Amino acid sequence: MNTPLVDMGGVEKSFGAARALAGVDFQLMRGTCVGLVGHNGAGKSTLMNVLSGLIRPDAGSLRIDGEDFDRGYDPATAVGHGIRCVFQELSLCPNLTVAENLRISHPSIKGFGWRKTAGKVILESLDQIFPGHGINPDSEVGDLTIARRQMVEIARAFSIVDSQVDLVILDEPTSSLDQNAAAQLVTFIREFVSGSRSVVLISHLLGEILTASDTVVVMRDGVVVAVDDTTNFDRERLVRDMGDVLVDDSGFGTRINTKIVNSDPVVTGPRENGHQLILYPGEIIGFAGLSGHGQTNALVKIFEAAQGARRAISATEPAVFVAGDRQSDGIFPLWSITRNISVSSFARLMNRFSLDFDREDDEAAGWHKKLSIRTADMKNNILSLSGGNQQKALFARALGSDAKIVLMDDPMRGVDVGTKQEVYEILTEEAALGRALIWYTTETDELKHCDRVYVFREGHIVAELSGETLTEANILSSSFEAEDV
Amino acid sequence: MSALSQLTQKPWIWAWLGAVSMWMIITGISGISAGGQVLSAAASFGTFFVIVATGQMFVITLGPGNVDLSIPACMTLSATLAMKFMNGDASLLVPGLLISLTVGLAIGTLNFLLILLLRIPPIIATLSASFLYQSTAIWSNRGLRVKPPEILGDFAVAKVLGLPVLTIVVLVLTLAMAFMLHRTPFGLSVSAIGQNIRAAKLAGIKVEKTRYLTYLMCSVLAAVCGFVLAGFSGGAALNMGEQYLLMSIAVVVIGGTSVAGGYANLTGLWGASLFMFLLVSMLNTVGLSAGFRLIVTGAIIVGVVAISGRKSSV
Repeated sequence: MNTPLVDMGGVEKSFGAARALAGVDFQLMRGTCVGLVGHNGAGKSTLMNVLSGLIRPDAGSLRIDGEDFDRGYDPATAVGHGIRCVFQELSLCPNLTVAENLRISHPSIKGFGWRKTAGKVILESLDQIFPGHGINPDSEVGDLTIARRQMVEIARAFSIVDSQVDLVILDEPTSSLDQNAAAQLVTFIREFVSGSRSVVLISHLLGEILTASDTVVVMRDGVVVAVDDTTNFDRERLVRDMGDVLVDDSGFGTRINTKIVNSDPVVTGPRENGHQLILYPGEIIGFAGLSGHGQTNALVKIFEAAQGARRAISATEPAVFVAGDRQSDGIFPLWSITRNISVSSFARLMNRFSLDFDREDDEAAGWHKKLSIRTADMKNNILSLSGGNQQKALFARALGSDAKIVLMDDPMRGVDVGTKQEVYEILTEEAALGRALIWYTTETDELKHCDRVYVFREGHIVAELSGETLTEANILSSSFEAEDV
Repeated sequence: MSALSQLTQKPWIWAWLGAVSMWMIITGISGISAGGQVLSAAASFGTFFVIVATGQMFVITLGPGNVDLSIPACMTLSATLAMKFMNGDASLLVPGLLISLTVGLAIGTLNFLLILLLRIPPIIATLSASFLYQSTAIWSNRGLRVKPPEILGDFAVAKVLGLPVLTIVVLVLTLAMAFMLHRTPFGLSVSAIGQNIRAAKLAGIKVEKTRYLTYLMCSVLAAVCGFVLAGFSGGAALNMGEQYLLMSIAVVVIGGTSVAGGYANLTGLWGASLFMFLLVSMLNTVGLSAGFRLIVTGAIIVGVVAISGRKSSV
């Protein structure tokens, strides 16, 4: 009973020049829930990917139930040893039913009537974790709300067919759940670990970590900076351990302000709780806070206001939108890369009666070079590009338009580090030229490129940070603060 | 070989192949002179399909759920009101045409208001509204056939160098529509909306304005088609639009326009219009009953949609 279920020692992993894990020790006893916390990019997900066999570490040891694994540890081995994962990026197939999705991860359900069996298994699991969930196993996943999809994803990991389940890794399982469902999950986790089974819980909701876990592991820049019994933690210490230890705040406040003097604001929000959103030409302002707390919604409102719709926020100049969720908000899948870039500039690219195809091509060629979009021909279909390169095309679309306000919805997802640096520079140039930029990002580091930062929580601005007060610790603490109020 | 395989990749090629093979069957059965006659008839009748289907094509290209089912009622109402007003008087031709256009504009506007304000799915909005339009037509002329002015009838059947004038006019219209579809912000916006409406909104495209113009255009084309068709067939009748409901959709789909939206094709539209007319003629030549003709027509549409659906999912 005293052999740890999982024992990882000195695990290292680098992606190119980025060191995701710099020698991590991680133990997990049977019958416990470990809360794993840390800011975006601290290495939590990478560590769990190593544990689930998806990523091979550069160095370090891995022991499961006392058994040493050196090489050949892969997802199948992990599943064979009873390790299941629920990842942040939902992995269900939207065109299949709930029951059919269960069958994908449990190939042992087969034979005549497998749909019925699968439906029964997933329903049992759902009933157990989320009583009153109201999900029909025969519904297509694509028709479910994102919260229900997440419930199915979780229930799938906990459902037992014939193989054992010893450890379930939950990576941000509640990011789309409402409070009630999240509480149900926490209750279930406590029940689940009351025997000899275990859970690793990754969450940005500190209250959840404090109620669900027995032990807390805090990660920061690829190392574990604190391990302790949960009873020895409170919210304040968690925030401090996550943000203050090893924090290099020197990057904040280094941006040279290019706000145009004596200019009128281009975006003005309503005053709520003492905070008011204001954007001047030449400024880059950041939207921070946990994902899904109303930042995207605010950007869309500003965009609509700029188009002339009546909104609480007013915008006096045209705006463009850089989508982060490429598939649903950004790309036109039947069109070429070129046309995907020019779509926001049709009016500007007109001859007398027709779109000027030569000018369209010229401008696309310019972006091809400037953003080093990896393709042989900009006439290729947009889907021929990798995700990061599609994102570059969306940047080109926005920056190529003549709109004065640029709204960015966590736009750096999947963009490689080198390009990110180039885009940062371009954004700084654009601001200096008098454009006004709003940048919602889940990467705290990117907020260093902002003049001011508004922190969102539950759909409202709860803090405005600038100059001296713009620090990572402040961003973190105002993102979490009122969670228990 | 690669040129040939490239050609088979074109979504419009199948409609034309179908049209040519139908014509060859007819000619094979009834001889070359009958083949020539049927071709001339196809050029005339096919144009009516093309006019209404062009509007339907733009609507369908707006994406899933977008379809205008009020086309037949719109044709009937426009023709009925215009013919009744003119009452055979050639000097009233221009105001008659204006009445027809006004009917088209009003119906397009009403359709879109139902869709936008009441948030009714287009398929229901246009279908239920069409009862209103059809009833207005019935109420207006009580089922009597109103004769068109002679000059309108003459225009509808006039020929230049063996080609129907109407065909030439509609060819020019098609070219203008193709230009609009592929080269103007309006046409490109329709395609963008059909591919991803949310992305289109966020890319700054005026989505509702574009949708309105599209439904408006569809109704105006249907109204004009009704006007000319009344001239062509000797008057406005209450059932004159009947076959155009299925035809307008069939021609769009068979012509290679994507049922899922975002991609439209006018070359295929012409091919499909000729194909549908020649198919019906062929079935007539073979001597099949009207009921059987409908079965075959339906089977072909189902087949084309099934095949094109499979292709896009690969």
